[in-house]
Amino acid sequence: MTNPLPNPIEAAARATPAPVARRLRGLSDRAIAWIFVAPTIFLLLAINIFPLIWTVRLSFTNFAANRPNREVEWVGLRNYERILTDEGTWANMQTTAHFLVWTIVLQVVIGFTLAWLINRKFKGNDLVTTLIVLPMMLSPAVVGNFWTFLYQPQIGLINYIVELVTGIPASSFSMLGPGGLAPWSIIIVDTWMWTPFVMLICLAGLRSIPDYIYEAAEVDRASKWRQFWTITVPMVLPFLMLAVLFRGIENFKMFDMVTLLTGGGPGNETLLTSIDLKREAFEKWRTGYSSAYAIILFVTVFGLASIYVKALNKVKER
Amino acid sequence: MSAFLSGLLRFRRGPWENLATVLIALGVVMLMQPFFLWAYTWSFLVTLVGTVMFIITSHFPE
Repeated sequence: MTNPLPNPIEAAARATPAPVARRLRGLSDRAIAWIFVAPTIFLLLAINIFPLIWTVRLSFTNFAANRPNREVEWVGLRNYERILTDEGTWANMQTTAHFLVWTIVLQVVIGFTLAWLINRKFKGNDLVTTLIVLPMMLSPAVVGNFWTFLYQPQIGLINYIVELVTGIPASSFSMLGPGGLAPWSIIIVDTWMWTPFVMLICLAGLRSIPDYIYEAAEVDRASKWRQFWTITVPMVLPFLMLAVLFRGIENFKMFDMVTLLTGGGPGNETLLTSIDLKREAFEKWRTGYSSAYAIILFVTVFGLASIYVKALNKVKER
Repeated sequence: MSAFLSGLLRFRRGPWENLATVLIALGVVMLMQPFFLWAYTWSFLVTLVGTVMFIITSHFPE
């Protein structure tokens, strides 16, 4: 006859040293739960909440981080007023909007098309999916660096291809230089990198549509075109919206890749709000002003994130 | 429309959240549009009101 396995709770209780057990015996379950959760809450307060509150406070002052001994003056809403009436900042918002709108449009159109093609069963489907997804796995710093080489007017592959196809001399234009091509260059890179992400989300949406719906439509003699617009699109739409919101939030904060590709130039052609904010905070050292700028961007991203969470819950309910 | 209005009057989550979502979206559009400086100036306030409304109304009953 074998001994029955010891109860794990009893075993843990027996293994707890007597002084610790005595101390814990007096605590309620709720208190013990708080002991476990407290370190996380403390870290959250110290790393997220406190800096946020501090930034809100700084946004009402003229504090400059490079002159900590200077007397800090309370300026009220003046920083917000200056940002929200400044035409330069408004122009940067439009540059960000141009980048946002075009990357999202291209990524959704190409991503959905790719997902629709991949969803059909063919030989080598998995290999093709893996190859398409590869750019998404790279670091933005790496992507920024190697696209800088690809865009080089003298040795870059892109200029060489353009010369080969159109006959325009490769050294006569620069994708990242003056001439209005720089904003489009960063749109191309972001689209190349993040279309696979949209494709994966669309693919999940397409695979969630049961086959019997299409079979019923076939029985009713609905054309492929009608099936696409009345079954496929409405059922993938929540997933697509999720992808749009996620990419929108991410691209609103875009910094690393654009900094490596253009640094905000030439001139202010690719000066996104995140790059402008960094310049205000750590090059011009206008900490109070940049805090107000950061709060404006934070509230915008937070608002978008709230919609994102709501959309996510709707997708989960399906 | 009447269901939406009665939901608003009875402080129900759905319509209030929808209203907050519209305000947030409107604020973001106002922030980034290239046509009117006044819309850009007021965009932050609209987004802030929408966001705060969203946080509060997400605690309303269904």
